[in-house]
Amino acid sequence: MYKIVTKRILNESVHMMDIEAPLIAKKAKAGQFIILRIDEVGERIPLTIAGYDRENGTIKIIFQLVGKTTFHLGSMEVGDSILDFVGPLGKASELEGYKKACVIGGGLGTAIAYPQAKELHDLGAEVDIIAGFRNKDLIILEEEMEQISNNLYITTDDGSNGVKGFVTDILKKNLESKTYDVVITIGPLIMMKFVAGITREAGIKTIVSMNSVMVDGTGMCGGCRVTVGGETKFACVDGPDFDGHLVDFDEAMMRSLRYKEEEEHSCKLGGYLNG
Amino acid sequence: MADMSKDKYPMPEQQANVRNKNFLEVALGYTKELAMKEAQRCLNCKHKPCMKGCPVKVDIPGFIMKIKDGEFEEAYQIIAGTNSLPAVCGRVCPQESQCEELCIRAIKGEAVGIGRLERFAADWHMQNVADYGAEALSGQTAVKQTIGVVGAGPAGLTCAGDMARKGYDVTVYEAFHAPGGVLTYGIPEFRLPKDIVKKEISLLEKLGVEVKLNMVIGKILTIDELLENHDAVFIGTGAGLPRFMKVPGENLNGVYSANEFLTRINLMKAYKFPEYDTPVKIGKNVAVVGGGNVAMDAARSAKRLGAENVYIIYRRGEEELPARLEEVHHAKEEGIIFRLLNNPVSIKGDDKGNVTELECIKMELGEPDDSGRRRPVPIKGSEYMMDMETVIVAIGQTPNPLIRETTKKLKTASWGGIIVNEETMETSIPGVYAGGDIVTGAATVILAMGAGKIAADAMDEYLKSRK
Repeated sequence: MYKIVTKRILNESVHMMDIEAPLIAKKAKAGQFIILRIDEVGERIPLTIAGYDRENGTIKIIFQLVGKTTFHLGSMEVGDSILDFVGPLGKASELEGYKKACVIGGGLGTAIAYPQAKELHDLGAEVDIIAGFRNKDLIILEEEMEQISNNLYITTDDGSNGVKGFVTDILKKNLESKTYDVVITIGPLIMMKFVAGITREAGIKTIVSMNSVMVDGTGMCGGCRVTVGGETKFACVDGPDFDGHLVDFDEAMMRSLRYKEEEEHSCKLGGYLNG
Repeated sequence: MADMSKDKYPMPEQQANVRNKNFLEVALGYTKELAMKEAQRCLNCKHKPCMKGCPVKVDIPGFIMKIKDGEFEEAYQIIAGTNSLPAVCGRVCPQESQCEELCIRAIKGEAVGIGRLERFAADWHMQNVADYGAEALSGQTAVKQTIGVVGAGPAGLTCAGDMARKGYDVTVYEAFHAPGGVLTYGIPEFRLPKDIVKKEISLLEKLGVEVKLNMVIGKILTIDELLENHDAVFIGTGAGLPRFMKVPGENLNGVYSANEFLTRINLMKAYKFPEYDTPVKIGKNVAVVGGGNVAMDAARSAKRLGAENVYIIYRRGEEELPARLEEVHHAKEEGIIFRLLNNPVSIKGDDKGNVTELECIKMELGEPDDSGRRRPVPIKGSEYMMDMETVIVAIGQTPNPLIRETTKKLKTASWGGIIVNEETMETSIPGVYAGGDIVTGAATVILAMGAGKIAADAMDEYLKSRK
């Protein structure tokens, strides 16, 4: 059993927890994920590792209440335990050697992108963060992002805070006056697709994180397959990070709807498909 | 005097048109009376030819004689002395190509029903005798050395059981939330009830084997780290990665690997959705591509989930089907439609990305290929379309890369399998052994168990020599 040691409600539908998992905390790196199963009848859902504390032996998860499992998880309190917690899975992000980076998050993807941004910052890179939300009530981790970025740009779809518009608007504008070695983008597939489109034209290396439906997370089921550069890859063992210019986003969007009808049981990596 | 009737006493089973709508076990097992009758067909040959066909060297005539005499627990103890999973083997071993193939009775008639008798003895023990493990343990002198076993499938569990019986302290690391490997996620309930698997494993736990769940070795701990805590390590991680056909449309919604389809059903209990949270989708028409046991399991599961038409699409002919005869027979009885000498060419979908049609081409058999089987050759212009909503790809698995990628000194073959000394199962790293599908590529439960057994004996010798 894996105990919930802290819980923080970031906004009405996004919760953050620290889970006691000392062995995983020892090994975890930015970009990796865990799979959890709350109880005996529960399903296995993947969640990106949003942080880790090696000393206290905890893993930070941030999740959006979108399906049966995440609502159940959200209803749990400090002191409660999760039955199964597996990780760290997937390949860690390769973040070394960059001088100027732009990290772009959409909705909950912002929380998932935060550890990458922090690591880039810790490695000495200049980091711009562009974070997009539907409205001001959904903004999360603003203070944390502020601390580790050279420039933080917040956008909201309705203009209720920051710039009215999309993250891509800011990116385009920034690229008129500067450039980056790398763009890292995490969020809804449609957003990552558009970001990758802009950076492809600008010739900037782009890393995306794929939030595929999966069962085991160890390469066994093949449910998370994604076409990258014409080849089938498994997000769980080959990713979740991929070259954004090579990912077939249209296919990925189609595949993400596989269990739409059972969406109350949503089991997508990160659970942030709906931004 | 032996019972000289030519045929095995039939084992009661659920009727085909009833069982293809439920997930309960198909074969119901011998009654006491039937088992004793079948046991009388054994000639108790002095040279025990059947034993030569058993990878885990069960004293077959020995246990059958005990059943004949009504001494069922004694029969079980004889089996359990060398076989860590008798209730499993009695159900899923391909006896017809192992022990039963070598049975003298098979020359003029049917072999003795060795598998059915093994199952009977194991089931009788589970139903009638409690706590055997605790007694066995108290009889052991514990050894101080500890063994780490990676993967709680047939190979790992056998190695673990044997090492525990030899007195070692054994820890098994399992990636999933339940032990059993393919016995749990792969083979369906109707062929191998999960309660039976659980009971077999709990007997091993009583022997002192500790099973740690949710441990993905290669990620949470490496083999090198395991060697810091254990005197020897066995790797039995199986052939976990599904192969796909590489035909257009394979990533459409409605195309599953057999692994995903079966794992959802068996491990996650999707057939009980929504009581269990994991869903599985099935169409009216289902094609299962492949002709092995996994394909039969997937096809029969699809039928039970309510598919109207379930097809086995296999590129070779009936004689080449790699599945056990009994599985093919059961599948046909349950209404699975065999489209042999057919091969998928492409999968078509609608604008939402859902599968709507499967395009196949007819095949004929040409000259023998490397495997010795006649090579299937497409017949030009014979392409045709079938209405289809679900396609399940069951054309084999390849080894999981997680350990290979994180264990530098471990030698592996170009196809990804671990290279071992076949007499000892030792890998290129001293004290590290491997066996099962991770060494051979996808094979059978019993071959994996045999490898686990060889490794346990070799490990024991290695550790004794080091003391």
